[in-house]
Amino acid sequence: MRFGIIQFPGSNCDQDAHHALAELLGQPTRYIWHKEESLGEIDCVVIPGGFSYGDYLRTGAIARFSPAMKAVIQHAKAGGLVLGICNGFQILCEAHLLPGALIRNRGLRFICEHVFVRVKTTESPFTNACQKGQVLRIPIAHGEGNYFAEPAVVEQLRRSDRILLQYCTMDGELTDAANPNGSIENIAGICNEEGNVFGMMPHPERASEKLLGSEDGRLIFDSLLAGQRIAT
Amino acid sequence: MKAKIIIMPKRTVLDPQGKTVKNALESLSFKGIKDVRVGKFMEIELEGGNKAELRKKMDKACHDLLSNPVIEEYRFELHE
Repeated sequence: MRFGIIQFPGSNCDQDAHHALAELLGQPTRYIWHKEESLGEIDCVVIPGGFSYGDYLRTGAIARFSPAMKAVIQHAKAGGLVLGICNGFQILCEAHLLPGALIRNRGLRFICEHVFVRVKTTESPFTNACQKGQVLRIPIAHGEGNYFAEPAVVEQLRRSDRILLQYCTMDGELTDAANPNGSIENIAGICNEEGNVFGMMPHPERASEKLLGSEDGRLIFDSLLAGQRIAT
Repeated sequence: MKAKIIIMPKRTVLDPQGKTVKNALESLSFKGIKDVRVGKFMEIELEGGNKAELRKKMDKACHDLLSNPVIEEYRFELHE
């Protein structure tokens, strides 16, 4: 699978994502500078974590208007895969590729720690290598990860099985204490209606090899590759 | 012409910043504070004098970029 990783001024997880995709998964991966107007020949675009454009105005608000994002929107509308991680998730919401918004953590603190997330559905190109209900240990690192959407939107997400990941306890329970940032319904990751655009706050690229203390994040990337095998 | 813009979190959106400021004010013994909400204030200098046109322009700017209508609401005034 051919991956492209968008680099904005202020992206800082781009090289981690590149390492995971190119070195650990052995996939052809290239960087796409935010000024590029075309993504080239790729199957999946990754919008990495960081602080694009210094998080000025709102997280993801400025990145949304970059030339590369216009190409990402086209890619998404044509059914191409898009994975937004952390700041990437925030950008996808600002670009209206995903509903809702990510607001300030309820405790106001920037949180950098390993958390547990439960895979709510495996009917997705981003989670099909997981087991339904599987608990993944993946780190988060954000100040604005508190997912918000109007109740009707959340209901729609729930009904259409578009909540892919939820913060949980080690045993997979969705408690308020296990919710690090105050997200509605413990939401850690959602996809769009068509299922080809996925945003998640945890960093799978930081949990894709034993050396880093967890390999659970790799399942997200493995899912993409497994999905491709089914498609071809 | 100058536009003065106020952007506030919607009533339905939790405002953790406002809550924390309220708690801090209370711990400083400020009494009778019912609620605090923290938003943004912007000033934008504009060229041209057609108020109706500038109003339309600023409304679009507020809607498309300066605020996020999912979580925020805005209002603005134009001053000479």
